[in-house]
Amino acid sequence: MATVETRALRKEFTGHTAVDGVDLAIKEGEFLVLLGPSGCGKTTLLRMIAGLETQTSGDVLIGGRLVNELPPRARKIAMVFQSYALYPHLSVAKNISFPLKAQGAPRDSIAGEVERAAKMFGIERLLQRKPRQLSGGERQRVALARAMVRHPDVFLLDEPLSNLDAKLRNLARDELKQFQRRLGTTTIYVTHDQVEAMGLGDRIAVMSGGKVRQLGRPQEVYDEPADTFVAGFLGSPPMNLVPMDEILVGFRPEQLLPAAAAAREDAGATVAMRFAVERVEHLGAGRLLYGTLPDHAPDEKIIVSLAYTVHSSIEAGHSYDFRVHQSNLKFFDPATGLRVPARPLPSRRSA
Amino acid sequence: MTAPALARPGFAERAAGVTDSTRWLGRLMLAPAVLYIALVIGVPFLMAIGYSFSTVTIGTSTPRFVGLENFRSALEDTAFLKALGNTAIFSLVSQTLVIVLASILAIALQRKFRGKWLVRLLILLPWVAPISLGSIGWLWIFDPVYSVINWTLRHVGIFGPDTWPIWLGQPNLAMASIIGVHVWRTMPLATIISLGGLSSIPQDIHDAAEVDGAGFFRHLFVITLPLVLPILLVAVLFGLVFSVTDMIVVYVLTRGGPFDSTQVLASLAFFKSIDGGDLSGGAAVALFLLPVLAVCAVLLLRLARRAEVV
Repeated sequence: MATVETRALRKEFTGHTAVDGVDLAIKEGEFLVLLGPSGCGKTTLLRMIAGLETQTSGDVLIGGRLVNELPPRARKIAMVFQSYALYPHLSVAKNISFPLKAQGAPRDSIAGEVERAAKMFGIERLLQRKPRQLSGGERQRVALARAMVRHPDVFLLDEPLSNLDAKLRNLARDELKQFQRRLGTTTIYVTHDQVEAMGLGDRIAVMSGGKVRQLGRPQEVYDEPADTFVAGFLGSPPMNLVPMDEILVGFRPEQLLPAAAAAREDAGATVAMRFAVERVEHLGAGRLLYGTLPDHAPDEKIIVSLAYTVHSSIEAGHSYDFRVHQSNLKFFDPATGLRVPARPLPSRRSA
Repeated sequence: MTAPALARPGFAERAAGVTDSTRWLGRLMLAPAVLYIALVIGVPFLMAIGYSFSTVTIGTSTPRFVGLENFRSALEDTAFLKALGNTAIFSLVSQTLVIVLASILAIALQRKFRGKWLVRLLILLPWVAPISLGSIGWLWIFDPVYSVINWTLRHVGIFGPDTWPIWLGQPNLAMASIIGVHVWRTMPLATIISLGGLSSIPQDIHDAAEVDGAGFFRHLFVITLPLVLPILLVAVLFGLVFSVTDMIVVYVLTRGGPFDSTQVLASLAFFKSIDGGDLSGGAAVALFLLPVLAVCAVLLLRLARRAEVV
């Protein structure tokens, strides 16, 4: 276990800046998720922490120790790669024992350690197989076993679930979280999947353009996005951002409710909005409504998500009274995209 | 007038028909290679097999079939046995050196450094330069009087004024010299093949080995080399077959001498059949190792397939 810290960390490749001055402080035993679209610099950041990439400037500290000049093997880290990077010519047992042998563990202790790691991930019966004889899920477990077998200070995981099929991914996510809890090892996890980020992270660092846009607990990042990028990246569908006069007003698709349904949740003041529905999608577990707010921003498409518990009958081509809680409205500066303090909703346009 | 619908397809349409058909297009494109191999290699090869079982000489017009007689008499010929031994030494020593040196070179060439393109060009040069030209260059390098090796070593002070090694004139030195030239000449291909093998290993595997704590030698011997092994085997196969069947270096540098100490099977076959006129005897010498090489090839290809991993 150890803390991990980056200070003004930068990485420039010829022609572009992949990581642009990142300051992060990860606590002991914390599960931190680096979340962002592809090309946002999250993998480069992880590889710099691992020592696989040399930073252009800035510092990396592991356990309070400056590791800028140390090769990966001296950083007491373990990494799981998106491709798992199992050694294809070695058996599962030899894959798992590789890090132990590399660090010169006593020969007679190796077999026991391998067995313990294999047991933890339920892969004892696969030990003599070669990686190509394993399924995707099994490979992922072998990769995890190889990573944890020598008790690293820090786990670095680079999209370890993205090669699994959707059903397996949910299970694997749950298992991963449990292992991390049990081991209590500081973990940095890279993903572009917001569901993984929300589900796994103690905190999430949302990245874009080589910068950390926001760092916070999952609910915090979801409820109180720091800028329009975070607002638009998290959530499915993402937050509606409606230009009203000189300001962008944001609210989540599930927060705009038919007036009747909104009234039932009597929590604070609500704001009324007329919603012209253009199309309805029935998704089984709920409905998605596509339309506009004719009184506020007639040209801006917005999406509303209704849970199956909301029974109001809604038809395309009609307008309805919808309401959103005042506290759910977030305001952004349209020029900078940054969050600004809450304010009253701009007055309606005269129709 | 004929109705347009009945018009016969013109040349363009028929040509399009051929290029659209995978069956015919494939055959068409393979044809030149197949034809070339059949005419330039296949026909002489079959003729050599025929000769080796007969009594053909440059002078005879009515050859007799003699079965394995030519092979039997070759085995009783001390020159042949000597050439067989020389071929083994020449091929095994040179290919061992080639595979070690080519692996080192390939690993070095995988790194990024300034002037890499120049190094690559220089390494490839012996392969692209005409071999007879290169060998004539070596003839001067090994010249008893003007040898640049002797001159350099004397000026550095390693050789005294009375040391005059005659590179191509002393049996052991001559063998070492032709092995040296052969290594120089076949290393580029092996290097390129190994380089291809190295670059087919995903970067993730190397990164994983780094993170897992492997030092340079563990990384090299436990991860990198086993993973390129199948492709190295292919390089060895090429190298061995090429060494056993080639005679240019020997022909240009030593003509098999001194005292047959550098005579290999390929050069012996040439001297016997072309210079000596004994076509059937030469063919038998040339074909003697064919079964060994064929077994070698099948074995290595099998091995390569089994070792294939990713």
